[in-house]
Amino acid sequence: MPLYMDIPLRLLFWLLLAPLLPGVINKVKAWVAGRQGPPVLQLYYDLARLWRKGVVVSTLASPGFIIAPAVAWTAVVTAALLLPLAGTGTAFSFDGDVLLLVYLLALARFCTAWGAMETGSAFEGMGAAREVSFAVLAEIGIITAILTLVVQSGSIALSSMFEPLFGPGAALLAVGLFIILLAENCRVPFDDPNTHLELTMIHEVMVLDHSGPPLAMILHGASVKLLLFAVFLAQAVLPLSELPLLASVAALLVSVLLITVAVGLVESLTARLAFRRVPLLLTIGFLFCLFPLLLTWMGDL
Amino acid sequence: MNDTLNLLIGLAMGLNLLALGTSRLPVLIRAVAMQGVLLGLLPLVLEAHGLDWRLVLITLATVAGKGVLIPFMLIRAMRTANIARELEPFIGYIPSLLLGAAGTIAAVALTRYLPLLPEHAGNLHVPGAMALILTGFILLIGRTKAISQVCGYLILENGIYLAGLLLIRSTPILVEFGILLDVTVGIFVIGIIVDRIQRAFDSLDTRKLTALHE
Repeated sequence: MPLYMDIPLRLLFWLLLAPLLPGVINKVKAWVAGRQGPPVLQLYYDLARLWRKGVVVSTLASPGFIIAPAVAWTAVVTAALLLPLAGTGTAFSFDGDVLLLVYLLALARFCTAWGAMETGSAFEGMGAAREVSFAVLAEIGIITAILTLVVQSGSIALSSMFEPLFGPGAALLAVGLFIILLAENCRVPFDDPNTHLELTMIHEVMVLDHSGPPLAMILHGASVKLLLFAVFLAQAVLPLSELPLLASVAALLVSVLLITVAVGLVESLTARLAFRRVPLLLTIGFLFCLFPLLLTWMGDL
Repeated sequence: MNDTLNLLIGLAMGLNLLALGTSRLPVLIRAVAMQGVLLGLLPLVLEAHGLDWRLVLITLATVAGKGVLIPFMLIRAMRTANIARELEPFIGYIPSLLLGAAGTIAAVALTRYLPLLPEHAGNLHVPGAMALILTGFILLIGRTKAISQVCGYLILENGIYLAGLLLIRSTPILVEFGILLDVTVGIFVIGIIVDRIQRAFDSLDTRKLTALHE
């Protein structure tokens, strides 16, 4: 497919599909709790509504308050474009683009924290501090998972990195990546995306003072990030690129849906962890990613 | 055979990390029990071609001893001595988890350089034994409660048992069986002692047992 068609199509996939995921999660949570729940498309309505609203800016805030969400959103979407999609491969790829992916995600997080601190509220600064300190631990896990894939496939480009593991290594990596997915996207054992007036929230603290289009960008960026991690997880453990084109795309969609449902189930069935236990769970996630690395390194043990 | 062996030992090594990372005593005891059951099944896997009723009997006895009897006594000791279920580690959970993981990785990496018999190379048997012994050490050093130290000792014993299985063809399994009996009696005695310590000192924190009292 020519590049001028390929990139817009991928962009459409990421931008349009992403807001569906939080809707599915909320539907699963509502279903487990025996409620009706918001419609699956709720986030689309929210985004449309927020986009039409005005912006309230703190008198302390510099233009960074508006710029930061835009940069964060762009960074996340660019990172998403780097990922291959099942049988269709990547739009563009170069050696070491996986490092760019990690750095773009880090840039997005930096910008969210920066935007939070622009408000001049101590509360938001606290949220930013928490987010960044947990991110350090989650990032070790991601880098270990990527190292596993690199050792497994002998390639440092995302387009040829996803050679799935088999057996126990794949199971361990799936669990590890799932824990990291929950942590990175501020999901329940780490953070509750529904609470808005608690001293223990992390991500929500940072976006409390945002409104209008910047808030829409933050929400949409968060959903793209969730989709990004789900796609990454699915491709790291399932042999999607070996199937024929349509089958692999369908398999990718189904596995992303399954991962989303799993997130919803975890959210409904577990309570948020006590704060001091979060590093322990992240360490466990890291170890789940470390042992597949050991398995691939040691070969056919 | 290698796949089943690796799966069983790999799960046992995973339970090591669960034992190191958990903050709850019942979970720790169950992890040790589960590990005992997994390792108790190993003789069946190792001697799959020469299976006879004695081997099955011994496996059943090992599984019953490690998986039912010892955990039952530990849980009873925990209940009668009214021990708090939360553990207070001397080495924190995260450091002990990382130590355990490092020990496991070191065990796997070092095994490559050991002069092993061809049938023992290329599976998790030897590294598993080393990792279990190391985990036992970490639990023994790193926990302050008497019962969690007993669990560390049991994991250590599991490691020695696993190492002993390497010699399954040259030593009678009767020796291993004698050790299991000793361990069971040992846990039995410890269960009683724990109760006495609790009555005498109002605590099972071994840090408080360093000073002499009248």
